[in-house]
Amino acid sequence: MGTHRENADAQAAGAAAGAVREPDWERVRGDFPVLHRLVRGRPLVYFDNAATTQKPAIVIRTECEYYGTCTANVHRAIHFMAEEATRRYEAVRAAAARFVDAPGAASTVVTRGTTEAINLVARGWAIPRLKPGDRILVTGMEHHSNLVPWQMAARATGAELRSIPVDDAGELDLRRLPELLGNRTRLLALTHVSNVLGTVNPVRQLADAAHAAGAAVLVDAAQSVAHMPVSMAALGADFLAFSGHKMCGPTGVGFLCARPERLEEMEPVFGGGEMIARVEETESTWAEIPHRFEAGTPNIAGVIGMGAAFEVFSELGMDAVQRRDAMLTRVALEQLAAVPGLRIVGAAPDRIGVVAFALEDAHPHDVAQLLDRDGIAIRAGHMCAQPLLRRFGHAALNRASLAFYNRPEEFDVLAESLVRARRALAGGRE
Amino acid sequence: MYSPSRWSARGGPSPVDANDLYQEVLLDHFRHPRNHGTLADGEVLADEENPNCGDRIRLAVRLAPDGTVADIRFDGRGCAISTASASIMTAHARGRPAGELSDLADRFSAMMRAEIPFEEGGVEDLAALAGVRSFPLRVKCATMAWHALKKALARAAEKPFSGRS
Repeated sequence: MGTHRENADAQAAGAAAGAVREPDWERVRGDFPVLHRLVRGRPLVYFDNAATTQKPAIVIRTECEYYGTCTANVHRAIHFMAEEATRRYEAVRAAAARFVDAPGAASTVVTRGTTEAINLVARGWAIPRLKPGDRILVTGMEHHSNLVPWQMAARATGAELRSIPVDDAGELDLRRLPELLGNRTRLLALTHVSNVLGTVNPVRQLADAAHAAGAAVLVDAAQSVAHMPVSMAALGADFLAFSGHKMCGPTGVGFLCARPERLEEMEPVFGGGEMIARVEETESTWAEIPHRFEAGTPNIAGVIGMGAAFEVFSELGMDAVQRRDAMLTRVALEQLAAVPGLRIVGAAPDRIGVVAFALEDAHPHDVAQLLDRDGIAIRAGHMCAQPLLRRFGHAALNRASLAFYNRPEEFDVLAESLVRARRALAGGRE
Repeated sequence: MYSPSRWSARGGPSPVDANDLYQEVLLDHFRHPRNHGTLADGEVLADEENPNCGDRIRLAVRLAPDGTVADIRFDGRGCAISTASASIMTAHARGRPAGELSDLADRFSAMMRAEIPFEEGGVEDLAALAGVRSFPLRVKCATMAWHALKKALARAAEKPFSGRS
């Protein structure tokens, strides 16, 4: 099963390039318990990392340790464990801000994930300030979570929603950007990396143009944070949203990083405990940012577990992760392109290892199901990007998406299984 | 406390092998669907769509004056499961009374959702779909054609001697 291409490939290449010492990726992989399991009697081949990544033991242990050693609510109680829990919780907020080079912990809101972070901006920032005739600009490659909240904001305010088109290669077509921005665009909301095409967007260029036109910029970094160094400052974002679970952290944890002055402009969306300063019978005043956006008891265990995920990435080094990603992406594209009847959707030169494809005469759901019997997990469906799929003439696609813990030889297994799936479905027709 | 060995040793619930899902009878209905096409006249149309996968079916039915299905065809795009299910359903439907088919469509949906035990009930090749019950995300693929059938028969009931009027 599969050829035995050695992982040493990349390490040799790295060594040849000179000084860089690459992590021992087999050892790194060994820290992920799920990757040792058998699925349908075969070693799991996990290529659904764009949906969610696997968790290293240290993350799982750290989350459990909170419950086992210092369960207490954060911010309120004056006792030993509450202080410890609060310290650990707040340390992760600071780690999140550092990880994406955000202005600081004081303007980093803890959320349930990217979706909640974007919705907070839509409800708390956009809806209170948009007027009829104002414009929200998105792109044709947004995940539904960076599209639907803006549709809701547009509906609520009478603002119009426009979209930067995507060209045949899967890159943004910027020829009409000045016209699309116009002089009434208040917000540009765009994804850093497409969750379908893998395209890395020229965010800085777009952010500069948006700022020049008087618009704020929100960047959906859900797909980029686990694959490349991300700097909110370098991207020129006013708001940056990302999820923990797509970068080896627990589900139910995400962050909204913002420039402090933007966060000050934002209205709270959820009312309740923790987000208030003084509460009277009929009205209240709000806590300082970022706490005014965090009503109720947060996902303390998850946030503390997330701290371990940030440490994992910091220890690996995002440059090393990016090199590993580039090597695996090259292998993925080579192997998939060699499968007869397979067409990759998206050909941007600047991309990550998220690869959408269509297999001729085979429905994506059947393909995923047939691969599953070989223990391979890929995606099938609309990838939460229906407008983008329609743009490319598809209702559904398959998607293989990698993480640093994947092995190059897993793409051999994938390619062979795809060939078998096509044969099974074509049957007598071939 | 978390223990990797305890968790990874246990495989979790493992449904029937996907090999059982894509058995030869089902694949044959997919590769050579029965009653695939459209009806020129006298039809009642019903459309169903599954937005999750973009699958669509258009069912065309013509009833005879005695209330049995005189002709039935399906068109659209779908996966192996939905295409095979439509093929099996239409092959069974021809010549049968509308009321009986409507009941069967309800029973089939309930069987697929594992609310009642699976039984072939005289429908040829229906057993090929039994494996779908182990794959909850695919149940809608199997039931789509049967929903369309219910819808078409309900419409036909509104204009009993269906035909262009």
